[in-house]
Amino acid sequence: MSERLLGIIIDSFTKILIPGIKVTIPLTVLSFSFAMVIAVAVAMIQFANVKVLKQISRFYIWVVRGTPLLVQLYVIFYGLPNLGIIIDPFPCAVLVFSINEGAYCAETMRAALESVPKGQIEAGYCVGMSYLQIMRRIVLPQAFRIAFPPLSNSLISMVKDTSLAANITVVEMFMATQRIVARTYEPLALYIEVGLIYLLFCTVLTGLQHMGERKLSVTAERRKDPWYRHVISQSRFRRR
Amino acid sequence: MVQARNITKSFQTQVVLRGVDLSVEKGDVVAILGPSGSGKTTLLRCLNFLETADGGTLEFDGEIFQMGHVSKKDIARLRKKTAFVFQSYNLFSNKTALQNVTEGLIIGRKMDKIRAVEIGRRALDKVGLSDRYDYYPHQLSGGQQQRVGIARALATDPEIIYFDEPTSALDPELIGEVLTVMRQLAEEGMTMLVVTHEMSFARNVSNKVVFMEDGKILTQCGSKEFFENPGEERIRTFLKTLRGEA
Repeated sequence: MSERLLGIIIDSFTKILIPGIKVTIPLTVLSFSFAMVIAVAVAMIQFANVKVLKQISRFYIWVVRGTPLLVQLYVIFYGLPNLGIIIDPFPCAVLVFSINEGAYCAETMRAALESVPKGQIEAGYCVGMSYLQIMRRIVLPQAFRIAFPPLSNSLISMVKDTSLAANITVVEMFMATQRIVARTYEPLALYIEVGLIYLLFCTVLTGLQHMGERKLSVTAERRKDPWYRHVISQSRFRRR
Repeated sequence: MVQARNITKSFQTQVVLRGVDLSVEKGDVVAILGPSGSGKTTLLRCLNFLETADGGTLEFDGEIFQMGHVSKKDIARLRKKTAFVFQSYNLFSNKTALQNVTEGLIIGRKMDKIRAVEIGRRALDKVGLSDRYDYYPHQLSGGQQQRVGIARALATDPEIIYFDEPTSALDPELIGEVLTVMRQLAEEGMTMLVVTHEMSFARNVSNKVVFMEDGKILTQCGSKEFFENPGEERIRTFLKTLRGEA
């Protein structure tokens, strides 16, 4: 490897990483947070079978999942100005990513909600809880645990999807790389470099996912409790 | 205490209850028997509004409810006086045994937490689970889970407990521990309405037996009379089948 190329790679590392930290990560975190709010709301509307709103939810999911993310970005960013609606690149990207991801996560959440046995809802009613209390205390905690791995999946794929924001002039990691490539004519090394930085981000997220899953497992907290461990070990002898 | 009159219920085209009359007095232990598909479970679920019956009335403690159209508020009020034990236990899987019992008290009834825990512990002690407070449902055997279910029902201090085939999902060797708890409750004067296939329970613990077939009550009488002198031919064949003589 020539000294010049090595210099470019080292020099561009921070130039790519900084937009990554300043743009890609906030874009992902913001969009995913909004997407989760949309997802939980849309999933609960369907789960509770709320009239009209349920039809709207199905329509929303149908449209968003049936059209390319890139097309959605273009319609909102390049299309809406025709109607006099102009949104800045970054907020526009957050808007589109939230709406897009919200539709996918809503389906994940709905499936998770439906996997909680209905009998537990009936039992909740029978001990005097209201529907919302049952949802909040019994169904949602269990649904989140079930939905956590597929939602982590969505988050990881979103990190990479944010590179599409380059198309609407958001200077995130990929756009930053393109600019360096245009200046240095070293596409192979630089695109591999940005790929590796995405890989780094996703590796961190995968680690977080494993930690989260361990934390969410039902008995995790009990298992750490020494008194509980003692009880468990005793119970082996007592159990018939 | 509970007077159901002319309860009807159909699912789509299938008629499940064809005008059921049932009366339970305070302190009664009533066993509902009958072949599967006779509407026993549906009747029980209608009485607690887990299913909405199509018609009929329910008198509870002198208050009359029209089965077809009851307000949510009335249902909630009625459910405060009743408890339900399910065939498949239906414990909250994200809660420990103790939390399963206290959840309804703390969240549903806004009871003080310390008092709720005290009541919860006492209920679990009563069903013989004083060493299982902090176990999650999946760490308990079927029999233990069902006993938590009974403790959860007891803790709400109900006037009547509905049991929907409480032992049907259990291994034969675990049925005994649940029946023992139920027998103890009966001896303490708890009013119970029990859908069951356990003839020993119906014969020895319950004081009344209701025999259902095809959405109707065929007979309603004292349990002694039912087993010793079953009037109807249909009941005789039913009992014979159970004994394995047919």
